[in-house]
Amino acid sequence: MTEGKIVKVSGPLVIADGMREANMFDVVRVGNDKLIGEIIEMHGDRASIQVYEETAGIGRADKVVSTDAPLSVELGPGLITSIYDGIQRPLIKMKELWGANILKGADIPALDREKKWGFTSSVKVGDIVTGGDILGVVDENEVIKHKIMLPPKMSGKITKIADGEYTVDEPIGEVALDNGKTHKITLMQKWPVRVARPYATKLPPLEPMITGQRNIDSLFPIAKGGTACVPGPFGSGKTVVQHQLAKWSDVDIVIYIGCGERGNEMTDVLNEFPEITDPRTGESLMKRTVLIANTSDMPVAAREASIYTGITIAEYYRDMGYSVAVIADSTSRWAEALREMSGRLEEMPGEEGYPAYLTSRLAQFYERAGKVVCIGSDGRLGALSAIGAVSPQGGDISEPVSQATLRIVKVFWGLDSSLAYRRHFPAINWLSSYSLYKDRLEDWYINNVSPSWKEYVVEASRVLQAENELDEIVKLVGMDALGAEDRLTLEVARSIREDYLQQDAFDPDDAYTPLKQQNAFLALIFKFREEAKKAIEAGADIEKISSLSVREKIARAKSAPADKYEEIYAEITNEIVEQIGKLINKEGAQW
Amino acid sequence: MVKEYRTIEEVAGPLMLVKKVEGVKYDELGEIELPDGSIRRCRVLEVNGSNVLVQLFESSAGINLANSKVRFLGHGVELGVSRDMLGRVFNGMGEVIDGGARLLPEKSLNINGNPMNPAARIYPDEFIQTGVSTIDGLNTLVRGQKLPIFSGSGLPHANLGAQIARQARVKGSDDNFAVVFAAIGITYEEADFFISDFKKTGAIDRTVLFVNLASDPAIERITTPRMALTCAEYLAFECNMHVLVIMTDITNYAEALREVSAARKEVPGRRGYPGYLYTDLATMYERAGRKTGSEGSVTMIPILTMPEDDKTHPIPDLTGYITEGQIILSREMYRKGYMPPVDVLPSLSRLKDKGIGEGKTREDHSGVMNQLFSSYARGKEAKELMVVLGEDALTPLDRLYARFADEFEAKYINQGFYENRTIEQTLDIGWELLKILPRSEMKRIKPKILDKYWSES
Repeated sequence: MTEGKIVKVSGPLVIADGMREANMFDVVRVGNDKLIGEIIEMHGDRASIQVYEETAGIGRADKVVSTDAPLSVELGPGLITSIYDGIQRPLIKMKELWGANILKGADIPALDREKKWGFTSSVKVGDIVTGGDILGVVDENEVIKHKIMLPPKMSGKITKIADGEYTVDEPIGEVALDNGKTHKITLMQKWPVRVARPYATKLPPLEPMITGQRNIDSLFPIAKGGTACVPGPFGSGKTVVQHQLAKWSDVDIVIYIGCGERGNEMTDVLNEFPEITDPRTGESLMKRTVLIANTSDMPVAAREASIYTGITIAEYYRDMGYSVAVIADSTSRWAEALREMSGRLEEMPGEEGYPAYLTSRLAQFYERAGKVVCIGSDGRLGALSAIGAVSPQGGDISEPVSQATLRIVKVFWGLDSSLAYRRHFPAINWLSSYSLYKDRLEDWYINNVSPSWKEYVVEASRVLQAENELDEIVKLVGMDALGAEDRLTLEVARSIREDYLQQDAFDPDDAYTPLKQQNAFLALIFKFREEAKKAIEAGADIEKISSLSVREKIARAKSAPADKYEEIYAEITNEIVEQIGKLINKEGAQW
Repeated sequence: MVKEYRTIEEVAGPLMLVKKVEGVKYDELGEIELPDGSIRRCRVLEVNGSNVLVQLFESSAGINLANSKVRFLGHGVELGVSRDMLGRVFNGMGEVIDGGARLLPEKSLNINGNPMNPAARIYPDEFIQTGVSTIDGLNTLVRGQKLPIFSGSGLPHANLGAQIARQARVKGSDDNFAVVFAAIGITYEEADFFISDFKKTGAIDRTVLFVNLASDPAIERITTPRMALTCAEYLAFECNMHVLVIMTDITNYAEALREVSAARKEVPGRRGYPGYLYTDLATMYERAGRKTGSEGSVTMIPILTMPEDDKTHPIPDLTGYITEGQIILSREMYRKGYMPPVDVLPSLSRLKDKGIGEGKTREDHSGVMNQLFSSYARGKEAKELMVVLGEDALTPLDRLYARFADEFEAKYINQGFYENRTIEQTLDIGWELLKILPRSEMKRIKPKILDKYWSES
């Protein structure tokens, strides 16, 4: 154990002497309060340490003690439903122990050491196992079967294993490793956060992550194992989009990282998720969620670590063969933490003061996502999708963090403040956003939802594009200059925008739309267009067509409950035909 | 025994370097004794070997390298707090300046506070009636929220701030808020406007004032809001009061921060502001809220003037990313004479959804709000088109929308600084205005609500 003395303190950066024996990225305890820090630079026997807690009260000659281990997370049963800070300290436990404010030097294990878990083995003595092999299972809750795996990079023969009730650090068995040593198996393992957990092979993502958000699923889908970013100015609804994804995505586990954001948003998740029923399991949503909260008033260095803590936990569940989503709000705050540390280290800055390694760090983070064949001999598949919010200054995405992110991720959901001002939510701009998975996922949609999926989706984008062009004309010469057909296009576009794409996250009937219903909804809008076209050809007045009462019904089709929509939509379809039919007949009579 | 050092090596701007010190801690408070016996204060910014870099709170004039003495007090910057602070006036360093007796503090608190555990927060969802339609109806304020006012030079943000302080009530109760007011680098006149308004309405007895005027030391502006927040937290979380904190003007605060950063030759972020401006602002704003184990709440209304009315300037921009919404004032409304001149569309309250509706305000609130927003947005678009192409170019429906937008501004937004509307009045005005439009346009309102309220009156 190396012990050094502090020579310099500048905000979260502490420099200590006498640290020659310590390793890069070792965790150290700083000062009498035993603040947690991490060595990020070594110069001779001087170590630069970023401290994850407020450094007020630290001074020269205070002790620095190395723990000789890198920053690691504890992985085992009990992660689910927990809320941790950026360096995996359990916030609820801390509240119980110390009250409503976070005190310095808190040192509590991430996983409860008292709680006993029922372990059922799936291997027997004498079995040959390698890293990643499933040794047994613990029911973490009603939803999650927590698979106990042999840690990576090990192989050997089981010499002892027994079912029973164990705490996370009690040995449940032993493995005689090939290198002659004995490994005591526990329910818990540790893993350094800055190292990606290994996998066997990566696969192309070919299956969509269904979110129930009409805008996302139909126009800009994300694949399971894919990466996406949500940039937008403040007030454009980034956080609501992120919360919606965390609530409704059809993944097994959600890791939600609140990185440098508002405290109340985390409280909101903590209050709300236990109340919401997961449509797939019938249990509360919290039972598949892990929260990492390093809010903006919490120390800045731990914000940098929070992203890694989150994705390491995600990788661990992916290794069990689950589909996991990591949702990080917001990666800009993480980049700012990097910038702050870089400034204190007096590094030469890149663009806008951000360090030159910003892009490579971001790339490393997103590259930990993917659909993979997990390690272990059964070849199970796991997927890790990563979605990051970006908060560009002034909403201008030409800034370095947005640009660096866009170069990496495959889906861009660009939020637009002008849409937000009109209270068009989610304010995803349909012209500037994109998804590079769209083509790859097409077959899945056609096979699993409806053969008409592609046709409708392409048509919807085309209409929105046409509206954009027509709008220019209207702005110059007025609505009267347009022919009836173009007026109809504008009406249909309005319907797609206001009825289909707008989705109210706070309305329980509207918050989630299953894929088949999405398809049927678009069918409804295009049915209206088809019939209206006929009427226009027969000479009906566009003004009358657009003020038909059935249009209000189309507008309300979004809140049709998922179990009754077929009936309701069929009724609306009939009304479309009937009401427009009447117009045609009238016009016909006049002729 | 506190050691004294005569080893001041350098003084430059707000910074001073002291050599050969021992046992000095980061963020510790220090005192400088000048040859004439007067005392200035400073704070440790960096410990480097046996040197410390300190930041002066007052002017450096008169500091003499040879004869001035420095001592460090063994603790950070603190504020002595007590219930008797109500009704008193303090300067930016927390000293009584109203000429009254000194305060006997119940305890001394570090002004930086401790971050609140997100797991211990209580989500703010109790409606505050401010009596201002644009806030109550459209951008609802709730207890424990931080909702800034983004203003520009020459706009009446002070009047709106004072109106909120005067009228704020929790619905169905007569309890007033205790007000903690922090004047950060504003002029005497502006500060006097608030103080005389508080006096006139008798609010002064439940108000604590922290005043750093434009003529006071600029660096003291860094501590002023933290003093105010420490006092507010004490009143809220230890005395169980509901506290409304009004801080004006955050732009002056950020400029003081920039001054220190520039003097330290730090790598600047945008527009010369330090890269940690977001974190620094967050450690203030996030102190608003409610927490378990206490009845009280801290509701925060920071006021800032946007340079050149530019919302993308770092100060409003970073504030908007931290606070739970923003009320933006508009020069256009001000020119039209509509008071308070709130720019409705870009204004926002993030916490409104859980603070409105049945049992909190009225069941129709959310529908009316959304409908007013989208109708006003469409009305404004129609009016823009009308400017370019003339009224004839509009469809009959768009003409109605244009009329709606005009009436909305004249009746809903415009109410003056002394009219106190109840939430019911605000909602009813909303319904009255919506009736300018055909019922089929009410797509944002649920049919059941529409049936109930559309026919009434």
